[in-house]
Amino acid sequence: MLNARALAAAALTPLAANAQNQINMPTGVSDAGVVITELGAEIYGLHMLIFWISVAIGVGVFGIMLYSIYAHRKSRGVKPSQFHEHTGVEIAWTVIPFFILVAMAVPATSTLLEVYDNDDAELSILVTGYQWKWKYEYLDADGENISFFSNLATSQEQIYNTDVKGENYLLEVDQPLVIPVDTKVRFLITASDVIHSWWVPEIAVKRDAIPGFINEAWTRVLAEGVYRGQCTELCGSYHGFMPVEVHVVSQDEFDDWTASKRGAAVADATLATQELSVDDLMARGADIYNASCLACHGAKGEGGLGNAIAGSAIAMGGVDSHLNVIVNGVAGTAMQAFGAQLSDVDVAAVTTYQRNAFGNNTGDVVQASDVVSYKEG
Amino acid sequence: MGDHHHGPAKGLSRWLYTTNHKDIGTMYLWFSFAMFLLGGAFAMIIRAELFQPGMQLVEPGFFNQMTTLHGLIMVFGAIMPSFVGLANWLIPMMIGAPDMALPRMNNWSFWILPPAFLMLASTLLMEGGAPAFGWTFYAPLSTTYAPPSVTFFIFAIHILGVSSIMGSINIIATVMNMRAPGMSYMKMPLFVWTWLITAFLLVAVMPVLAGAVTMMLMDIHFGTSFFSAAGGGDPVLFQHIFWFFGHPEVYIIILPAFGVISQIIPAFSRKPLFGYASMVYATAAIAFLSFIVWAHHMYTVGMPLAGELFFMYATMLIAVPTGVKVFNWVTTMWRGAMTFETPMLFSIGFLVLFTIGGFTGLMLSIAPADFQYHDTYFVVAHFHYVMVAGAVFSMTAAIYFWLPKWTGRMYNETMGKVHFWVSFIGFNITFFPQHFVGLAGMPRRIPDYALQFADFNMMSSIGAFIYGASQLLFLYNVIAAITSGKRVTDEKIWDGAEGLEWTLPSPPPYHTFEVPPTIEEQPAH
Ligand code: HEC
Ligand SMILES: [Cu+2]
Repeated sequence: MLNARALAAAALTPLAANAQNQINMPTGVSDAGVVITELGAEIYGLHMLIFWISVAIGVGVFGIMLYSIYAHRKSRGVKPSQFHEHTGVEIAWTVIPFFILVAMAVPATSTLLEVYDNDDAELSILVTGYQWKWKYEYLDADGENISFFSNLATSQEQIYNTDVKGENYLLEVDQPLVIPVDTKVRFLITASDVIHSWWVPEIAVKRDAIPGFINEAWTRVLAEGVYRGQCTELCGSYHGFMPVEVHVVSQDEFDDWTASKRGAAVADATLATQELSVDDLMARGADIYNASCLACHGAKGEGGLGNAIAGSAIAMGGVDSHLNVIVNGVAGTAMQAFGAQLSDVDVAAVTTYQRNAFGNNTGDVVQASDVVSYKEG
Repeated sequence: MGDHHHGPAKGLSRWLYTTNHKDIGTMYLWFSFAMFLLGGAFAMIIRAELFQPGMQLVEPGFFNQMTTLHGLIMVFGAIMPSFVGLANWLIPMMIGAPDMALPRMNNWSFWILPPAFLMLASTLLMEGGAPAFGWTFYAPLSTTYAPPSVTFFIFAIHILGVSSIMGSINIIATVMNMRAPGMSYMKMPLFVWTWLITAFLLVAVMPVLAGAVTMMLMDIHFGTSFFSAAGGGDPVLFQHIFWFFGHPEVYIIILPAFGVISQIIPAFSRKPLFGYASMVYATAAIAFLSFIVWAHHMYTVGMPLAGELFFMYATMLIAVPTGVKVFNWVTTMWRGAMTFETPMLFSIGFLVLFTIGGFTGLMLSIAPADFQYHDTYFVVAHFHYVMVAGAVFSMTAAIYFWLPKWTGRMYNETMGKVHFWVSFIGFNITFFPQHFVGLAGMPRRIPDYALQFADFNMMSSIGAFIYGASQLLFLYNVIAAITSGKRVTDEKIWDGAEGLEWTLPSPPPYHTFEVPPTIEEQPAH
């Protein structure tokens, strides 16, 4: 439990310069004065309205109380009055607050109606929460979905204080969600294991990701830029380590991006038919391991939430049983079925990596074709 | 029944076998204070880890065990039993009864608590660690994905529920049957009223909690799928059941606190409580509303619009009776002749900070804005304003107020005042900045955070250490008072205090009101 090494390191490593401290909800308007989302700006307005009404009531109540504390103290020789009822006053302070509440409920209701207005979306994205990463799937009418996982990109060294923390510490991912500006985007939000919650404060979208259910939310972002958020529903050990990063780009850039994503998928498929060199497989495997396996299996394969990979009987035993664990997962444990999450090349690369890194010098090379034939049985 | 004039038995058997409401009250109070220190120690671990960004002290999984146990122990081990202890000590003395109506059951409802908490704490040593799914234990994190120790957690919750139900039945039976002649309902001190209503809430919702954990048990061990979507169940159902218990639970905690404040503020204002009847009605209204607002904890689960609107409007309505209470307290102070001994300081601290918590509660009730607040530190700040500055401050006020009556010895007033100011300042340094980080986007229950939250988190941790340390001062003051405090012999220790308990000697004999007192024309409030 105690982590003495990290503690010692913390004392030695300076923090990165702290980003600006913010004390209020995002306004929904960018620094340049452009509205980011109309809904966000409206929610901010509502929040400030209720806040100022509360402040006004608070000043009144606390003002009277403070005056009373000052004026009606025994040390000033006052005689206590004995009144203890006044029907008129009591009715007044029941009825007046009621009308103040009605006045608050009106704007609150109209904003809520907008939150629920999911119609006429131009782009739909399926967001799935996993322990501990997000999967984004762009639903395409022609069935050519783009789909990828988005993992925390902050290094373990930064988290364990042996490296200087970057500006976007814990709020950066390997593959961000990319959406076009000024387009109504509908998010269909669900989860594959436990409940998560997808939240980006600056665009004011938060919705729980619940296994077996699909929730809807929408946004229309008017200002290009990068917006960051986090999972906000406790989802296990690494709940604090599954950020959301959204890049809002022009329609042209978005088209280029989708084209390149589709191209990469094609390239992966081609790669799967080729033999890769050991070095290529190891390099690719290391990337995948660090993004998808390290949280549970440790930076040095020493294990943690998952078993140790270094010296593991499975990672050093038969290739098929190793592939079995990675492709199908281990039911009832945190070990997921990565066969459905990673491409065949990637499974091949990470398997090769685990069999040859951390001192597991098996010398085995697993190619995509091996994965394909394993899957086909 | 035998001899009514015996004193307490000697040694351990006095405490094991006792059926005396004062002894049982004392045990509840000490037990809850021990739990308060344990839950507080867990909070210190949490704040130490959050002192700086990066992981320093503990691993993320252990951090989650700490947040979970901190919440469970504070709610079920510290706050709830402390108010039951207070009820045991005070209700018979306030209504002129010789003891609680069901004294043997009273013994049981206390003595099953320590084993339950021992079991809960022992999960820390089990394979897979203690429960790490938060005190709200949402399924399926608490079922399919829970550590094996969850079964012990379920058993512990069952025992706590049994204890609470027995305690509540006892309070209801006592208040309904044991009032001295002439002590009509509308003459009862407000503390008794708030506890009577609280007891009904407990009897209504503890079985619901028991149902929720039993369904979890079935899902985990007997192949059912109440909360598992894969088997045709519904994880959101869990949240509905949990909060159907959980929201009334919030009022179970705060209503007795309202009762305490309604006794203390008049005493030190030397003036009767303003609006006694409206206080009673407001308490009942809050209790009623507490049953129809539960889903305001779940605005982001994807409820239909109509449900969302219903729960928003109902929740906003709670501001009305709560406002009535605050206005009544302030008006009680108005044109009184106030002094500011420690109990009064804590009561005023309660009034100010609880009202701030009420305002943030009103903000949270606004569903569209809650999409931004939900599950952030803004919520953490809100509920610590109502739980700590609400329940714990009022409990502290109660101890300082009645301790001299119970023990016949005075605490050290200067030390009490220092305790108040250090607590008050420490509390605000801890929790006020959490509003800021929450609004700026920091989720709750995370062991590490982005750099823009660093300064306020450091501040928060420093405040927490100050607040935590000030409780040791409290402990010292109480022990010093009991062992060597200045003796007080007056029946009325506070000149403004009203009520039957102040007609008894200080300390009161082991058995009191064996002959019912006569109630004067002037009501006890
Ligand atoms: C969410 C946590 C988690 C992640 C992420 C994870 N694993 Fe696992 N892994 C586990 C657990 C838990 C086990 C042990 C399962 C069991 O009880 O048999 C395990 C076991 C294994 C084993 C068997 C080791 C042995 O000796 O028993 C291999 C191989 C493995 N994982 C590979 C991977 C690969 C490759 C990745 C990344 C693509 C990965 N894991 C990501 C949790 C995880
Ligand atoms: Cu999550």
